[in-house]
Amino acid sequence: MSHAAEHEWPLWEVFVRAKSGLDHKHCGSLHAADPKMAIQLARDVYTRRQEGTSIWVVRSDQIVASDPGEKGSYFDPMEDKVYRHPTFYELPKSLDHM
Amino acid sequence: MSASIAVSKAPEVQYLLRIGDSCLIMAQRLAEWCGHAPVLEEDIALTNMALDLVGQARAVLTRAGELEARSGGTAHDEDQLAFLRDERDFLNLTLVELPRGDFAVTVLRNAAMATWLKLLWQRLETSSDAELAGIAGKAVKEARYHQQHAADWVLRLGGGTDESAKRLRDALVLLWPFFAEMFESDEVDAFAADTGLGPSRAALRDAWAAEMLPLLAESGLTPPAERAFRSTGTRGRHSEHMGYILAEMQHLQRAFPGAVW
Repeated sequence: MSHAAEHEWPLWEVFVRAKSGLDHKHCGSLHAADPKMAIQLARDVYTRRQEGTSIWVVRSDQIVASDPGEKGSYFDPMEDKVYRHPTFYELPKSLDHM
Repeated sequence: MSASIAVSKAPEVQYLLRIGDSCLIMAQRLAEWCGHAPVLEEDIALTNMALDLVGQARAVLTRAGELEARSGGTAHDEDQLAFLRDERDFLNLTLVELPRGDFAVTVLRNAAMATWLKLLWQRLETSSDAELAGIAGKAVKEARYHQQHAADWVLRLGGGTDESAKRLRDALVLLWPFFAEMFESDEVDAFAADTGLGPSRAALRDAWAAEMLPLLAESGLTPPAERAFRSTGTRGRHSEHMGYILAEMQHLQRAFPGAVW
């Protein structure tokens, strides 16, 4: 780790809920020294145009992500499995709006 | 060049100008951080606050202009009041016109002013002037956040490195003598208190101290001794810094009257 990086604030991922009932959506990231500062700065950076009613932040290094190198074996096999989509049977008319 | 306007001396107008001007000049100082704050996120936070304060200033100056007309004077709108008054007719606290200084000066002044404004807006929510009460109801939420944000920074700098603690101590020595004006009272304050328009500044002193002194103590700061010096911006007599702010803030409207974009 470089000297500069040691003195940088950690990175946080920011999730904002636009209105109650909806999911928190990932909207970006920011640097902050601790959770309290991260929430405040997320409020100032990502909700200044009325985007939110609730904020989550999580340290970026706490997120476990799938390996981009594994993309082929992880996701490509699903391409030809159309039968996994529920499109092969007719719904009764009474359930028209499912 | 656009000529200066003369402003009503009615006490209700003067009372509102003191509040509106303090918000406006504070906003002008905070806006100087745009593009210069220590980190991008804080840059946005400081300019958000500056914009909140501009919004508060706009509402209060607009109301001041309406009260001018009602007291028999000429009605002025927010732009005329902001851009066409001379230095002596600005009634902001001297504290807010002092140079923005380093980050410690900025956050300490922000904490002191946000606390003061929060307490003021809380009391103005029951103003006898319904318009002002409405403005206060909206502004108090903004001030509460400004206070929280600034107070956190005071704590961080106070408990940070030797350098940050020293800068915060220096900031307190610099700003402390100017805090006193927030709690001076005169005939304008007395008029406001008597008519229910709003509190006298003196009435805010104890509540302000009850919030600020514990913050200073927790940040490792000891308030300097009380001094006889009193700044006089609220009476229109300003520091040497005021003219420069007004020159920057007003020159466009003075040179190109009514300019818009």
